[in-house]
Amino acid sequence: MYAYIVRRVIYAFFILIGVNLITFALFFKVNTPDDVARLQLGVKWVTPEAIAKWKADRGYDKPLVYNEAAAGRHKFTDTIYFEKSVEMFRFNFGRADDGRDIAYEISTRMWPSLALALPVFLVGLALQITFALMMAFFRATYIDFWGVVLCVVMMSISGLFYIIGGQYLISKLWNLVPISGYATGFDALKFLLLPVAVGVIGGVGSGARWYRTIFLEEVGKDYVRTARAKGLSEVVVFFRHVLRNAMIPILTGAVVAIPLLFMGSLVAESFFGIPGLGSYTIEAIQAQDFAVVRSMVFIGSVLYILGLLLTDISYTLVDPRVRFE
Amino acid sequence: MPILPVILWTDALVYLLVATVAGFVWYVRRHEHLRAPWWRVAQTPAAMSALVVLTVFILIGLLDSLHFRLALPAAPAPQADRAASRDVAYAVEVKSALDLLLSPIADKPERTYSAPLATHAYAKETVESQDVDGKPGKQVRAYPRLRYGGAHLQDPQRDWRADVLLSAFRGMALALPLWLLLSLVLVAACTPAERVASRDFWHAVWRGKTVVPWRAILITLALLLLVAVPMALLAARYHVLGTDKVGLDVLYQSLKSVRTALVIGTLTTLVMLPFSVLLGIMAGYLRGLVDDLIQYFYTTLNSIPAVLLIAAAVLALQVYIETHPDLFPTAAQRADFRLLWLCIILGITSWTGLCRLLRAEALKLRELEYVQAAQAFGVSEWRIMLRHILPNVMHIVLISVVMDFSGLVLAEAVLSYVGVGVDPSMISFGTMINAARLEMGREPMVWWSLASAFVFMLALVLAANLFADAVRDAFDPRVRVGGRKLRFAVGR
Amino acid sequence: MNALLEIKDLKTWLDSSGGTVRAIDGISLELARGETFAIVGESGCGKSMTALSLLRLLPEAGQVVGGSVLLGGEDLLRLPEAAMRGVRGRRIAMIFQEPATSLNPVLTVGMQIAEVLQRHTALRGEAARKRMLELLDAVGIPDPGRRLDEYSFQLSGGLKQRVMIAVALAAGPDLLIADEPTTALDVTIQAQVLELLRELQRRKGMAILLITHDLGVVAQMAHKVAVMYAGQIIEVAAREQFFRAPLHPYSRKLFQALPGSERRGGDLAVIRGQVPPLTTEFRGCRFAERCDSAWERCHAEAPELTAASDAHLVRCHLYQQTEGEGKRAEQTLPGAARVHAESDIGDSSQSGAALLSIRELKVHFSIRKGLLKRTVGQVKAVDGMSFDIASGRTLALVGESGCGKTTAGKAILQLIRPSAGTVRFEGRELTRLRGRALRERRADFQLIFQDPYASLNPRMRVADILAEGMKALVLADTPAQRAARMDRMLAQVGLNAEAKRRYPHEFSGGQRQRIAIARALAVSPKLIVCDEPTSALDVSVQAQILNLLKQLQRDFGLAYLFITHNIAVVEYLAHEVAVMYLGRIVERGTVDEVLRTPRHPYTQALLSAVPTLDQAGERRIIRLKGELPSPANPPSGCHFHPRCPQAMAECKLKYPDAVRLGGSHEVSCLLYAAS
Repeated sequence: MYAYIVRRVIYAFFILIGVNLITFALFFKVNTPDDVARLQLGVKWVTPEAIAKWKADRGYDKPLVYNEAAAGRHKFTDTIYFEKSVEMFRFNFGRADDGRDIAYEISTRMWPSLALALPVFLVGLALQITFALMMAFFRATYIDFWGVVLCVVMMSISGLFYIIGGQYLISKLWNLVPISGYATGFDALKFLLLPVAVGVIGGVGSGARWYRTIFLEEVGKDYVRTARAKGLSEVVVFFRHVLRNAMIPILTGAVVAIPLLFMGSLVAESFFGIPGLGSYTIEAIQAQDFAVVRSMVFIGSVLYILGLLLTDISYTLVDPRVRFE
Repeated sequence: MPILPVILWTDALVYLLVATVAGFVWYVRRHEHLRAPWWRVAQTPAAMSALVVLTVFILIGLLDSLHFRLALPAAPAPQADRAASRDVAYAVEVKSALDLLLSPIADKPERTYSAPLATHAYAKETVESQDVDGKPGKQVRAYPRLRYGGAHLQDPQRDWRADVLLSAFRGMALALPLWLLLSLVLVAACTPAERVASRDFWHAVWRGKTVVPWRAILITLALLLLVAVPMALLAARYHVLGTDKVGLDVLYQSLKSVRTALVIGTLTTLVMLPFSVLLGIMAGYLRGLVDDLIQYFYTTLNSIPAVLLIAAAVLALQVYIETHPDLFPTAAQRADFRLLWLCIILGITSWTGLCRLLRAEALKLRELEYVQAAQAFGVSEWRIMLRHILPNVMHIVLISVVMDFSGLVLAEAVLSYVGVGVDPSMISFGTMINAARLEMGREPMVWWSLASAFVFMLALVLAANLFADAVRDAFDPRVRVGGRKLRFAVGR
Repeated sequence: MNALLEIKDLKTWLDSSGGTVRAIDGISLELARGETFAIVGESGCGKSMTALSLLRLLPEAGQVVGGSVLLGGEDLLRLPEAAMRGVRGRRIAMIFQEPATSLNPVLTVGMQIAEVLQRHTALRGEAARKRMLELLDAVGIPDPGRRLDEYSFQLSGGLKQRVMIAVALAAGPDLLIADEPTTALDVTIQAQVLELLRELQRRKGMAILLITHDLGVVAQMAHKVAVMYAGQIIEVAAREQFFRAPLHPYSRKLFQALPGSERRGGDLAVIRGQVPPLTTEFRGCRFAERCDSAWERCHAEAPELTAASDAHLVRCHLYQQTEGEGKRAEQTLPGAARVHAESDIGDSSQSGAALLSIRELKVHFSIRKGLLKRTVGQVKAVDGMSFDIASGRTLALVGESGCGKTTAGKAILQLIRPSAGTVRFEGRELTRLRGRALRERRADFQLIFQDPYASLNPRMRVADILAEGMKALVLADTPAQRAARMDRMLAQVGLNAEAKRRYPHEFSGGQRQRIAIARALAVSPKLIVCDEPTSALDVSVQAQILNLLKQLQRDFGLAYLFITHNIAVVEYLAHEVAVMYLGRIVERGTVDEVLRTPRHPYTQALLSAVPTLDQAGERRIIRLKGELPSPANPPSGCHFHPRCPQAMAECKLKYPDAVRLGGSHEVSCLLYAAS
């Protein structure tokens, strides 16, 4: 089992290298630094000197992967690839266009993101599972039927409308909590209440419907019939047998999202003015700050790969079939 | 009027898609075992109602995919220059058949916001009031009359309500015969003549007992007509759903958004479909090194957060477009180019899911005995993949295409909001919401843009979801719950 | 008689897309304490539905629509659901066909037994654990203390079914319903489980309702037998009565369709047509369409279940005492199957030059483990086997699941590349052929599979299925030639030429197997590897396929490598037999040599475990200890020695060489090495 996990870690590292190469190609080959400079400085009136200066300011004036001019190992290290891409593995992201240190920004901004995303994840998961359980338990009745209809309607509404509707109803109409903003410590609570509620409600439809199908698939299995033949009540059959088996795919499936919670939510954060990584990313995209976007791509991938690893590990923990293989 | 047809990239792909679908329908009709699951879809009331709604959206989208440039009115040319004057000059603006159809509402811009069915502007402006004696008076702040909305009314305060109600009623009255006619044509086209003529058939329709759920279909059609016809009548004289900041009719925008949504929802999956099918089947069937490489490839792509990959790629695209302005003679072409690439990039981020599913299925299928039988005949591996694996995974491909549709439509809105969606000049649900949300803080609120985007999107996505559900139930042998009935259905 | 269970006119209907299925259409039976009552029938006759109806565990589409089920005088169908739950597991317990899926994969064995104790008894804590250990011990599970904390996937198939039985017995039920309890198990394990059930019944005096398709199992187990056909019971009798003289034409046909040595020369009886769909309204006898003795009355009037003699009930007009017809029964029922005088199947001495010659064939799969996925061991699926097959002959490869017989078949066809050894076909070495050269030879050797549902591509028409091999092997060049050949092949396997245009799902299991045979025949092979071609089929359909295979061998001089676990089929069809154990052939020779005078202790045990129609008690079943070891780690010396009743000390040391016992009879066993 340990060998298995070690192998997965090594595989994860290789994937990270792949991600790194893709982002490098996207940011330095598809758009050369010259293109970016021209875009930033205004396409029409840009002079070659201005571009050169722009590049030099940001360290983009070196060769891409191989520095003919440098000596020794600097032939490889004194390049854009090494300084901008390889350095990321050391979490050294350089500076944003506004001159701030990206790594520092990330380290401070991920906590508000987590403060929003973690409750949404936990409460959302609990609510989705509860709702799905209810539908599956009352399967083939009107409760199930209308539950599914509700889910389909809810998942047919864009997340933007949940946010807009929530803001309008709660903050504007009823004046209950502030529309947007953030504070530290316990004051954050009143700012987080609405975004969390909106996030949870927005995800219930698709989540509950998906988990319902997982439950129903388990309900149809042979061992459920065995459990009934033992004389167990439907509640016991459902909660001891069906739930336990269905929770394996549900939990291991959810685990992959946990590290990504640090990334926050792009849309919700910017709507609610929460200074997290999501709004940081959006601002960077809108300002066309490539250094920040590149860093976020890398961080996001690291977190996702971490999620994959956690999934593997959680399988070995939760599922006896994997544990004993 | 002479026109110059313009085939945008997405238009071409849409035509290709229509041709493919037509070919697919023709092929399915001739094969009984392929027809059977569709027949199950056709028996699902929710799916067929959804299909009616979808058909309307698709028609709108198709009309909006016939692009052309109108000829400019010929300038008076000197006689000597006859040859030159035969060359017609065309407008720079690319229009579509839908634009032409909607020109009565599209070409009546107000100055700025106006509420649905309003006769006066939404905000007070400084206007010069006229005195009773007709002398130019002093400047006052008032709600000015709209240029077009309700312009035919003498005294809006007195006549407006009656006029609107009358138009609405006239529309409903008109909808009824239209509905009867359409129903008859529709039913007659799909049912043998002798059945249509029989009383029993219509009795069964009335009670909802027909195999094809005609009652649900016809009710949906009636509801659609009851909404659409009065709106069409009213649209001639009012802005039914109001106007936006620059005075553009919101109904027009909503209808134009439909094409963008449809293109994103369909082309995205289709552009990457060949790759995901090929790679998925290859990985699952060939195993070994090929499998390892393909798995590595899609895991890597998958581990880049989708939104960020899209953002990065769209930024790159933006750079390309801005640095190559010469490639795009018209704004429409530029917007279209961006739309196409958005589809491709969205496709790149979303093909991995299907690829993984197909790999898993191919892994199962390769162990099946008919594949081994083919191997025992020495049939080549490519041929086995083509003849034995591919046809037996097509249901997964189909389910995935229809299930992805609604998710992509929703994704477009979010991406456009983030700023990495369609070109800002292109009308889409995302750009509508994005523009409208800036007005959220206004008192009183400008709600109609949001509301219409909401209603149109909900109708489209909900219909797509309902239809997709029925398709999945019909094609996926796993989820089929044969002969299950509602337990409390018959008062037991 | 003091009936424990009394079913009266039970009716169960199922909703399906094709209409209402009358799965059970009025069955009545009585079951006494301590009695084993067997319900036999082919698939889809409603026997499993009967069991589920008793426990009220029908699938959601099903519903009991009439009748009563009296358990000790109490009507189960009228009990409220809560009271019914007190009956399930406590008074009636059930075991299912597939032990692998019937146990919960994420609960330990102990938890799954404990919940029965918790539900139905007052035992808790230590007392409950003690009881569970007793139960596991009672069902013959070694080391019960350890097993309690294991999960079902850690157990072998036989152990799983024993756990299922322990679960069922936990609350001491009065009635045990066993739905095909041994169908998924190997024959030696089946013998163990059946013996266990008999012994438990003796000790606890519970009644058993045994549901099975296997007449052999019935003969071993039952006190009373009921035959079901199309949702009805058509015959009920005590076991002796039933096996001595089955009355209903359908029952008789079932017996005549059974393969075995006594029918070697001739064709097996077949029942023409198919079971009618249960959505139809029946007017006459349900079997009338397929019955050789049917006359007008059978089509017009449905027979009742009436006593033909003492306690022997039958649902057939032949036995109903209407005037003038009473004697019909004796006249119209035909005797045993015809015997082909000209058949050469019986003689077994000579064989021609070898068509296929296998020497020291080995197929090893690497086990990779650890960080670098290094090969840490080999699964020796096939570990050095040698045999010859001549044209027109059938060699049966017999063994239990996991012995490597299927792998051997694939290795011979070069679908899996052998690790070592030679495969010579008409003198040409196949293992070294690659690509085109191999493809050119592929027409000579073809294969037929077990599952007729998985062996035909559902998306291809029969014509395309048949054409595939011809196209790939470039046999008939023009489409016209191909079409003509297809028609001939379809006619050869007894199908209409019109079948070409249809898809596989339109055919029944037996017809599909015919199409699969036609597909193989279409390339004119000389050898066909038949991998359990009839084990997924009902007895009456199996008879048709066996007849067909035999006829094709006569007509084309085909050689068969017949891979099977079914000894009766071997006796009927094969010329020579090779018995496999853990990747090696332990005994081979002609059918007579091996099956009549088995020498290897494994062969003896295997043959003794096969349930036969003879009355039980006369035969002694040689009970094997434990189960088949893993081929990744075979025991040292003779692979069989840990389970062998006659093992000696030296068996551990060296794998015995094959010893020729005279004729073509060879055995690998130290018992015979000295002589």
